[in-house]
Amino acid sequence: MGCGRVGSELACQLEAEGHQVTVLDINPDAFRRLPASFKGRRVVGNGIDQDVLRRVGLTEADVFIAVTQGDNRNVMAAQIAKHIFQVPRVICRIYDPIREEIYRGLGLETYSPTRITVGRMKEMVLQEPVPRRE
Amino acid sequence: MYVVIVGGGKVGYHLAKALLEDGHEVLLIERDRARCERLEAELGDIVLRGDGCEVGVMEQAGFNRADMVVAVTGDDEDNLVVCQVAKARFQVPRTVARINNPKNAEVFRRLGIDHTVNATDAILAHIEQELPVHALIHLLSMRGGGLEMVEVRVPPHAAVVGKRLKEVLLPQQSIVALIIEEDGTPKPPDPDTVLHPGDKVVVVTRRENEESLRETLTSPARFGPYGPVVAPR
Repeated sequence: MGCGRVGSELACQLEAEGHQVTVLDINPDAFRRLPASFKGRRVVGNGIDQDVLRRVGLTEADVFIAVTQGDNRNVMAAQIAKHIFQVPRVICRIYDPIREEIYRGLGLETYSPTRITVGRMKEMVLQEPVPRRE
Repeated sequence: MYVVIVGGGKVGYHLAKALLEDGHEVLLIERDRARCERLEAELGDIVLRGDGCEVGVMEQAGFNRADMVVAVTGDDEDNLVVCQVAKARFQVPRTVARINNPKNAEVFRRLGIDHTVNATDAILAHIEQELPVHALIHLLSMRGGGLEMVEVRVPPHAAVVGKRLKEVLLPQQSIVALIIEEDGTPKPPDPDTVLHPGDKVVVVTRRENEESLRETLTSPARFGPYGPVVAPR
């Protein structure tokens, strides 16, 4: 759910590795990010609507990934996937690190790009000694 | 009671006003600056500008001492997150969410929100009064014990028409709370109250009994006073 840079790239890579992939986005223009070679289904619709999720086949899906720009939309869709459709693996992007911590505590498998980027950048800065200024 | 309302649209405004008039302490959170200014001019110094989904704003609003948090923005996902975070992080005893898509009532219930309020169903009922599909409308979910408040409209050929309430066998743990007559007059229920076609019966019931409740109040009479009744399609 969410055909942005991350969603479209992830969809292509998973498909290239032989998985069956469906991409859902509320805005049909978003599918322009998918190359013509992408064979998976493209579905226009709102991922926090149970009927839409049923239509994209969540009852049979093995994995559901929520990567729209809206933290709350991702959180809600991921919880519907997990608790209503019993999708075995649900991954949810949450930019806000505080909200991410809360929903991780509530049992969601979450991913906060903010927290991970900060950690990684800190590592980059601190791991190697900085050359002294002349 | 200290009540925090998230969302300063029409619903949030009128709710805040009503609660203030009843003497409660109220804080209204609204994101939009211009709207905040208007709300403050109307209601006084009870408005906090910010995103009510942010934990920082919740802390500032005093969620930890709130008796109730009510989320009434126009976006169901925001209302869900406000209520879930209020419970998980701030242990707010009661949360109420407005839902815009009626199908989300079930989702919210399964995800731990105490009460949901859903205007769409109520409005649909008025528009599509004649459609039997909407014979039962959810008004409110009460999570404590899985109770629901529902409204059932008595169709013209229902078997219960002309019966007194005490003669109608309702499913277990179902209580009639109110009867609204076809002209809109509300009436407290009484064992001797006679049911008329078009009456709206407001009932508190268990979720699993909804279907049998609907059947009891809407299924057509097999035999009318003058022989078999042909039910309309």
